[in-house]
Amino acid sequence: MALSKKITRSLMLAAFGMALATPGAALAQDTGASVNGLTGNAAAGKQDYRRWCVGCHGKEGNGEGENAPYVNPRPRDFTDALFRWRSTPTGTLPTDQDLYDTITRGVVDTLMPTWRPLTPQTRVDLIAYIKTFSPKWQTQKAGTPITIPPEPPQTIDSVLHGRQLFDQMQCWKCHGPEGRGDGPSAITLTDDKGEPIPPYNFHDGTRFRCGETNSDLYKIFMTGLDGTPMPSFADSLKPQDAWDLVHFLRTLQPNVQSQSRTVWLEYVKTHQGQIKAIGAESAGQ
Amino acid sequence: MRTKFFALLAVFALAGSAVLVTAARPAGGSITGKVTFTGTPPKMKPIDMSKEPYCQKLHNPPIKTQDVESGPGDTLEDVVVFISTGDQGSAPASTPVRYDQKGCQYIPHVAVMMVDQPLQIYNNDPNAHNIHPLPKVNSEWNKSQPPGAPPIDTKWDKPEFISVKCNIHPWMHGYFVVLKTSHYGTTGADGTYTIKDVPPGKYTLTAWQEHMGTQTQEVTVSGGAATANFTFKALPY
Repeated sequence: MALSKKITRSLMLAAFGMALATPGAALAQDTGASVNGLTGNAAAGKQDYRRWCVGCHGKEGNGEGENAPYVNPRPRDFTDALFRWRSTPTGTLPTDQDLYDTITRGVVDTLMPTWRPLTPQTRVDLIAYIKTFSPKWQTQKAGTPITIPPEPPQTIDSVLHGRQLFDQMQCWKCHGPEGRGDGPSAITLTDDKGEPIPPYNFHDGTRFRCGETNSDLYKIFMTGLDGTPMPSFADSLKPQDAWDLVHFLRTLQPNVQSQSRTVWLEYVKTHQGQIKAIGAESAGQ
Repeated sequence: MRTKFFALLAVFALAGSAVLVTAARPAGGSITGKVTFTGTPPKMKPIDMSKEPYCQKLHNPPIKTQDVESGPGDTLEDVVVFISTGDQGSAPASTPVRYDQKGCQYIPHVAVMMVDQPLQIYNNDPNAHNIHPLPKVNSEWNKSQPPGAPPIDTKWDKPEFISVKCNIHPWMHGYFVVLKTSHYGTTGADGTYTIKDVPPGKYTLTAWQEHMGTQTQEVTVSGGAATANFTFKALPY
C-alpha cells in the first residue's frame, strides 16, 4: 500500500515536471528582458517577431528575411549579438534599455521604422525573443553603461579644443576635414559583413542613427559602433575632452542649430587667416 | 628518539618533493618540423600606402601583403603549429604578448598567445590607428589608438583564430592566434618550427596557415626530438 502511494506520488511529480517542460510554455534560451519595470517574455515575443520583424530579420534572426536582398543597409543579424547603438563599452552586450530605445526610435535613413505603435510590453517581449538568437546572451551579461558627466557650457574654448582633438585623433581620416564623410579612408570602409559603409556626413546629416542629442553624440565615440569601422575613443579621451569634441562636431552641422556653431561662426569672422586647416600637419609628414 | 623521528620525517619529505618534481617535469622532448607547400606559389601584392604619407616613405620599395609568406624551397613562414589534442592542459602564461603597429604594419603579423594571457598592443606610429579584432567566439571590439597613446591591455578568454584589421589603413591585417595549450611553435623564414618541453605521449598536432587553412597529424613524443613536417596545397590568391 505504502509502496503504491509512493509510486503514485512519483508519477504525479513526473507529470508535473513534463508539464513544466512543455514547449511553448517558455523558450529554453529565454534569458528574459527588463525595461522600465516591464518583464519580457520570449515566447510571446516570438509571435510578435513572426508578425512584424521576420520579413527583414528572418526566421533565424540572421538578417536574411525575404525582403533582405532589397534592404540597404542590411537588416541586423542577431545571431552574432553585435550591436552598434549601445550605452555600454565596446566589446560588451547592450542593455535591454538600449535595444528598447533602438526599436522605439527606429533607425533614421534606413528601412527600420519606429515601433512606437507597438505597446511597451510587446517591445520588451521582442527584446527577450531577439536575445534567444545568440548564445552570448546566456554566457555574458550586458556591459555597464558608460558615465556621461553633465555637459559643460558650449564656449569657443571648448569648440577650439574639440577641433584640435578632431585633428589629433584623426577623425578626419574618415569623416573628412569638414565632416562631409569624405576623408582619405572613407571610400575603403566596410562593415563586419564586408559591405561598404560610409562614415557619417556631419555637414548634411541632422540626426544620428542612435539619437539626436549631444549626449547621444558623446556616447557614439566613447562606446564605438561595434560591427562598423567606428572605434571607441574611451581609452584616449577624458570626459571633458569628449564634451569638447561634441561641441566641435556641432559646428560642422549647418542644419542643426547649436550654441557651439554660433560661437564658432563669430570666431571665424574675427580670426580669418589664423585658423590652421585640419589634417595639415599629417600631410607634411 | 625524537631526533631520529625528525630525521626520518625530513628524509620522507625530501623523497616526496623529489617525486613531485619528477612528476611536474617528466623527461620531455621536443617536436620540430618544416612546413612547405605544393602548387603555384601565390604572388603577394605590393601595398599602396599613399593614403598615409609617413608610412609610404618608410617602405621603399613597397612591402607586400603577408597572407602567404613563402621562402626558398617552397617553405612557409608564420604557420602556427600546436598540440590540439592530448595536452594535459597548462596554466595561462603570465608574460604579456606584445603586438606592435609600426610603419602601418602589424608586427608580428601573427601573434600567438594562450587563453587569458595578457596582450599589449602598441602604436609606434605618429598617426592614429584603430585596432579592430574580428572574433566570432570571443567578443568583438574596436578601439582607437592615437599617436602617443598608452598600450591597450587586453586578453582573450576563448581559443580562436582572430583576424585583426585597422579600418583607417585597410591594408593592415594580422592575426591573434589564441590557444588553450602552451605547446606551440611558429615557423620562421626557413619554414621550420620547434615546440619545446613536450612531455612524452601521443598527440594531435595542428598546423594553421591563415590563407591555406589547417592540417593535422599524429605525433608520438618519447624523449628526444620528434619530427612532424606539414605540406599545404597552394590556393589561388
